[in-house]
Amino acid sequence: MAEFNSLTSKAQPAHSSWGSTLSGRRKREAVMGYLFIAPVLIGLIIFTAGPVLVSLGLSLFKWNVFTPPEFIGLDNFTRMFDDRETITSFFNTIKFVLMTVSGQIVIGLLLALSIHGLKKGILRDYFRVAFFIPLISGATISIVMGYLFHKELGAVNYYLNMIGIPSIPWLVKSNWSMITVVIVSVWQALGFNFLLYVGALQNIPRDILDAADVDGAEGFARLWNITLPLISPIILFSAVIGVMNNLQIFEIPYVMTRGGPGDATRTVVMVIQQAAFKNFEIGYGASLAVILFGMIMVVTLIQFRMSRSWVFYQ
Amino acid sequence: MSSLSTYLHQNKDRAWLYYIFNRFLPLLIKYIFLFAFSMVFLAPIIWSVSTSFRKPAESFTLPPQWIPRQLDFSNYTQVFATTSFDLYIVNSVIVTTSIVIGQVLFASLAGYAFARLRFPGKEVLFYLILATMMIPLQATIIPVFVLISKLGLSDTLTSLIVPAWPTAFGTFLMRQYFMTIPDELSDAATIDGASQFEIFSKIYFPLARSGIAVLAVLAFNGYWNEFFRPLIFLSSETKFTVQLGLVNLQGYLGGNSISLVIAGIVMSMVPVLLILFIGQRYLVEGILRSGMKG
Repeated sequence: MAEFNSLTSKAQPAHSSWGSTLSGRRKREAVMGYLFIAPVLIGLIIFTAGPVLVSLGLSLFKWNVFTPPEFIGLDNFTRMFDDRETITSFFNTIKFVLMTVSGQIVIGLLLALSIHGLKKGILRDYFRVAFFIPLISGATISIVMGYLFHKELGAVNYYLNMIGIPSIPWLVKSNWSMITVVIVSVWQALGFNFLLYVGALQNIPRDILDAADVDGAEGFARLWNITLPLISPIILFSAVIGVMNNLQIFEIPYVMTRGGPGDATRTVVMVIQQAAFKNFEIGYGASLAVILFGMIMVVTLIQFRMSRSWVFYQ
Repeated sequence: MSSLSTYLHQNKDRAWLYYIFNRFLPLLIKYIFLFAFSMVFLAPIIWSVSTSFRKPAESFTLPPQWIPRQLDFSNYTQVFATTSFDLYIVNSVIVTTSIVIGQVLFASLAGYAFARLRFPGKEVLFYLILATMMIPLQATIIPVFVLISKLGLSDTLTSLIVPAWPTAFGTFLMRQYFMTIPDELSDAATIDGASQFEIFSKIYFPLARSGIAVLAVLAFNGYWNEFFRPLIFLSSETKFTVQLGLVNLQGYLGGNSISLVIAGIVMSMVPVLLILFIGQRYLVEGILRSGMKG
């Protein structure tokens, strides 16, 4: 009997603790949640969020690493307006972004629309691979491009001459060198847009297209009124990503032109790299980085704002 | 054009005309357009390959030779014999694989937690992590560079690897994958007394392998080709990665030796091509998934 009693008396608290294991499980789950996200969260604080704040701080200082930093207020920012090279680099970067992003969207769309109707098969696979392949190239492909666009020895001018167009001074003249950089960057990143658009076109619901057939929508009207609005969220997405990436353009002009001739292809990131890591003007470099970050945020917000009038969400 | 098409609609008896204008011509234009662009897109790669197999003296012959007359492997042997190309490859392999493994682990853990675990502040933390994707590398690189120097890690491969581990994009991507796996699996495992970590590592992690493949392929491609951070963080040539090493070689190998660099460029594309070939069926799906569904 005593034994039985002890059993039941044990059973009682055991039962009530079952209720608390539920909330205990909740607690354990929460602890596990924090533990699981800790590496990413702490890592991002140390290597991304923290450094952004430090960059903001550094932009108010004059610092050459070797002597203690000196607080100079907004001098770094006002200095930009007197710095011809910096102003040119901002204009170059904006020009570059406008040309590259619109080129990537328009050509990417044309290619995706052309391939969309084709039957599945070797030919279709060949086109997909061809447009995708530049994505696997790195900064070094710009070395190759440098030779292809060479004024005298390059293949590009050779073929232009063949169809009667005189040699173009691709990397020699200022305005042409900017166009060369745009061509190379469109070539290199177009596959990303192309893949996005092909996927979006495949995802258009069949019934909408059938309805369009019944209405007799054809050709350009069908494209403009039905197809494009349906994939507009993806076009917006590619535009936002394109602007963000291309505002940071560095590799192609660094390898092909070193910013030249003169400052014709000098970009903001080239000036940041020069200032911070070559001339050790850490504060000035940081202030330029802050402006670039601000531009990316503002442009992204504007794109989402403007998209309300033309992006069609199903 | 539209009046033409209405005319053709009304005169269906002239079926062959209708066929030519509405079916055949558009298709022909499409094919010509696609072929022209595909050739332009492939040309730089094909030119690199054929030049790498040509004798250095014949590198820049015009008209351009797209198919080499005879295969000459001297550029390939010379780039290893006369430069540190072997070191560049070893460095790139170390850096890239370390980053890929770290990103997959970090992103799977966090992605799993955001998809399946309940904890206070989850939403806010997730959107804060997403927000860091807007921050450009340039806005962080100066303080990170200073931090690395203070830690005595300047000019090391570690300085490239560790800061690349925490990935907001990867976390987002893996969360999307983990959210598609049904709940019942973890309920069953909980009843069997499996711990939260066991449920993750034994059940969910293996099931998310297509997501892992996408993240691994994208990270491999991105970091194998990375140029900006190596340029800034590395100073001794023995530490250079492939991309940085080859650009640097081009700088001081003038004239004929450039065909060595081109052989190096061709080789540098092989690993990415292989990885893409293996992971391609996951990749398109991954790009769409990360791009379309919030």
